[in-house]
Amino acid sequence: MSAAASYVLRLADLSLVLGQRLGEWIGHAPAIEEDLGLANTALDLIGQARLLLAYAGEIEGRGRSEDDLAFLREQGEFLNPVLAEQPNGDFGQTIVRQVLIDAFQLELYERLATSADARLAAIAAKSVKETRYHFRYSAGWLMRLGDGTEESRARVQSALEKFWPLTVELFAEDDLDRAMAEAGVAPRLDEVRAAWILRIEALLAEATLTRPADRTYSWFGKRGQHSEHLGYMLAEMQHLQRAHPGARW
Amino acid sequence: MVTAVSMVPTRVEAAWQALSSVEDPELPALSIVDLGIVRSVAVESDNALNIALTPTYSGCPATEVIHVSVMRALTAAGLAPFRLHTMLAPAWSSDWISAEGRRKLAAYGIAPPERGSDRPPACPRCASLETDCISEFGSTPCKALHRCRDCLEPFERFKCI
Repeated sequence: MSAAASYVLRLADLSLVLGQRLGEWIGHAPAIEEDLGLANTALDLIGQARLLLAYAGEIEGRGRSEDDLAFLREQGEFLNPVLAEQPNGDFGQTIVRQVLIDAFQLELYERLATSADARLAAIAAKSVKETRYHFRYSAGWLMRLGDGTEESRARVQSALEKFWPLTVELFAEDDLDRAMAEAGVAPRLDEVRAAWILRIEALLAEATLTRPADRTYSWFGKRGQHSEHLGYMLAEMQHLQRAHPGARW
Repeated sequence: MVTAVSMVPTRVEAAWQALSSVEDPELPALSIVDLGIVRSVAVESDNALNIALTPTYSGCPATEVIHVSVMRALTAAGLAPFRLHTMLAPAWSSDWISAEGRRKLAAYGIAPPERGSDRPPACPRCASLETDCISEFGSTPCKALHRCRDCLEPFERFKCI
């Protein structure tokens, strides 16, 4: 697969995997408003993933459709960061995972909207309008939970400690990221990180939460090295296409 | 001498007319033209009509239904051959909803989107401005949930994006 197709696939898989995780909340959220909020966010993310997957398939040029890429790839071929595939846990963990990724997508899409790749720029410009309200939702909940009761505060702080090391991968620039940045397709990840950390630190202060210490990290979902959780998620997500190849509805 | 002015609509005008009858499946009060989903209609060199449509929200499940409805409406109006083309840029904005569309939304009970206004939306039932946002997410991707503190009714508002 070409560098450009792999890069687009990384973006697609982040949205697809996170969207699938959020979809697991449907019917289980603490209140109907949150059920709708998480489901609507999932729907936007899967919609963004479809646009990106279709484009990755076109660049690849082997005739794979968005569905082929979503439902017929193995775990090691998924290029999402490991953070996206982490299980939902409690509502607080879901919100922490969400806010960290929403802020990342917000900073990334704003810059990708001026990408030298016109198709990617169009998808990013469209997606960022949705990511803005996703972030308002997750940031609003992080503030309420962080600056809430002792129990809610302890839960989100512990989720933050757990997920913080997994954010390293979002900004760890490898050869592919560098090649895309040099071609003017993607922004430099250190620039994205600088904007992300400002946004997150301001939010944590408002939510009376403590920024965890930075730690080293060695997972690379964006190169296909995943945690054990992705396989279980894909088993469920891909079941229908694996059991009934080519089924449509 | 009076020059005869043709009253027969051109193929492009007829297409716009046919498209104005295509309802949004989630908002049957509005047509896809009211919503600003139809970006352009043109006749191409091979005589096929090219219809450019833009999705409202990336994940909106109505998008595919709209494409099918458009094909049906154009076929029924005898406007084949035609081609549908998805246009992503510039990204759809709620600013593209026509004045007529906004009136229809309000009459249907959905507060229309208002750009750059800090004012809470007026209740579509009693016009009170004493309203609160309950949730930024509603029954479809394009709507948010609000409530009126005067008539105590909940209502939906079209999101401003």
